[in-house]
Amino acid sequence: MKKRLTYYSLIFACIFWTCSNEVVERYTPTPVALEIPALFEDRILNPILPVDNPQTAEGIALGKKLFFDPILSGDNTQACADCHAPQNAFSDADRFSEGIDGSIGRRNSMPLFNLAWNYEEKFFWDGRVFSLEHQAFQPVTDPTEMKNTWANVILKLQQHPQYPGLFQQAFGNVTIDSTLVTKAIAQFERTLISSNSKFDEFLLGRSDLSPAEQRGFNVFMDENKGDCFHCHGSDNNPLWTDNQFHNNGLDATFTDLGLGKFTGDPSDNGKFKTPSLRNLAFTAPYMHDGRFATLEEVIHHYSEGLKPSPTIDPLMKKVAQGGVRLTEQDKSDLKAFLLSLSDYDFINNPDFNDQ
Amino acid sequence: MTRAVPILLLFVVLFSCQKDNDDNASNVSISFNFMHHWDGTAVTNQDFNRIKFINENGEQLSIERLRYLISDVTLKNQNGEVLVIDDYNLVDVTNSENLTFSPEALIPTGVYSNISFTFGFKNEKNSDGAYPDLNSASWNVPQMLGGGYHYMQFDGKFLNSTNTEQGFNYHAIRAVDDPGDNPVFPQDTFIIVNLGPVTITDTPVFNIEMNIAEWFKNPNTWDLNMYNQMLMPNSTAQIMMFENGQHAFNLKTIEQ
Repeated sequence: MKKRLTYYSLIFACIFWTCSNEVVERYTPTPVALEIPALFEDRILNPILPVDNPQTAEGIALGKKLFFDPILSGDNTQACADCHAPQNAFSDADRFSEGIDGSIGRRNSMPLFNLAWNYEEKFFWDGRVFSLEHQAFQPVTDPTEMKNTWANVILKLQQHPQYPGLFQQAFGNVTIDSTLVTKAIAQFERTLISSNSKFDEFLLGRSDLSPAEQRGFNVFMDENKGDCFHCHGSDNNPLWTDNQFHNNGLDATFTDLGLGKFTGDPSDNGKFKTPSLRNLAFTAPYMHDGRFATLEEVIHHYSEGLKPSPTIDPLMKKVAQGGVRLTEQDKSDLKAFLLSLSDYDFINNPDFNDQ
Repeated sequence: MTRAVPILLLFVVLFSCQKDNDDNASNVSISFNFMHHWDGTAVTNQDFNRIKFINENGEQLSIERLRYLISDVTLKNQNGEVLVIDDYNLVDVTNSENLTFSPEALIPTGVYSNISFTFGFKNEKNSDGAYPDLNSASWNVPQMLGGGYHYMQFDGKFLNSTNTEQGFNYHAIRAVDDPGDNPVFPQDTFIIVNLGPVTITDTPVFNIEMNIAEWFKNPNTWDLNMYNQMLMPNSTAQIMMFENGQHAFNLKTIEQ
């Protein structure tokens, strides 16, 4: 009998142990859902949110503080926001950004918005980094940018009067490391959503376009004229980029190989990521190397300035003639439409500014 | 007897967790592999970006981008009943993505007098902006051309009559005239690709081939010097694509 009792007790004990919940107090930061704009919800796929870095109120707040804090740089003089300024849609008004020691980069700082909808998660002009978290690693140690070491960054953060507590609130009782720094910054960057331009309002039925803007949209969508939509999307894709890599005929020979340097494939030489056309009012200068100071120069390039090369995208039209040869009226209208994609609420959003 | 109690308990647990397979005994999943060749020579994205193909008109060309849409796999049984799988797949040869299409719908086993799919969308399903995944892939057709979606984007370069590399955009859409607020459609240009009779016994895999060279060949010998870019608003070019596409696909094998 005693043996039988022991036998059954063992079975039930096993069942209870396997079924019972572990009663351990675990700190959980406050989950925050990404606010998906109506047009995005209706027209395109959901954003990419990594399961190992969920959006939280504490994580976003920490990421914002880090983004605007020069503590990440080698000499405490440069923050992410110095080259990704809110008033420039998180880009840099200078053609090339200046590092902490005066070094000059060779590409224009990319604007930052709607990054969670970069479905293939290839970041930088040349797509060399996968995921927003990994992207944030590079500027800290880049000798032409913040010129720091992660060991130094972590030491400064650990000795800081506020950061240890903020990291605890964001991630629980963990040791500050570079992964957590980049996770927090990525959380903040994912909140940088731009969706309230005049054209968005038009698509939502809340605003009308001017005649010039409407004509410009038609130039944009007309394969015989601008044919911009094949790479920059349409009214059905509010990102206004395909997030792919193209050689758009800037050069006959390349001093910067772009995607080709990363992939090693010569057929990728001279290819750079298609930038979004949102917020062009704030993101001059234009192209990966900021060579064009104005939208007029950009439009002139596609109209008359294309240069042939072995990797020029076949979507570039009439290359032998320099481009599609828009009329002055078409150019003016196209510019009017492009500017209607600028989102003044975005650059003035206090959630995105250092306040 | 005493030992039988826990053993019985174990069996109850195991049986209650086992997946019930009896309900769909006569229904099976089907899938399609899309393979590509140029008049018998296999083509993958490894063959892209080099001028290595010669079309029927004698023009040397490269492929840089190739993706196309197939939809509405349709089976017709011997009683004339038609089963349509309301699904679509954007085959992306450039990035070797979606080369296999496995619709979620299950198909009854049996003998079918024909299986077919649509190259592109039938008009009633070619609704402007209706599919978020295709919008995200920038697969749209401008509303001035009737809206909806591309059927195919086939981009590359060819050596033109002055022996200079020139781009071409062989983009198939619904043929359209009078682009603008009130475009008109001269004829349908989606293609019903009939693959013939099939007996489905167990989870068939249909290996579909596209002969890319056919788009330049039959019945219209394609002259890239004449038709290279801005072909979307060109209904003559679209109808020629429709005609040449009739012979581009074939069923190579069925595995089951």
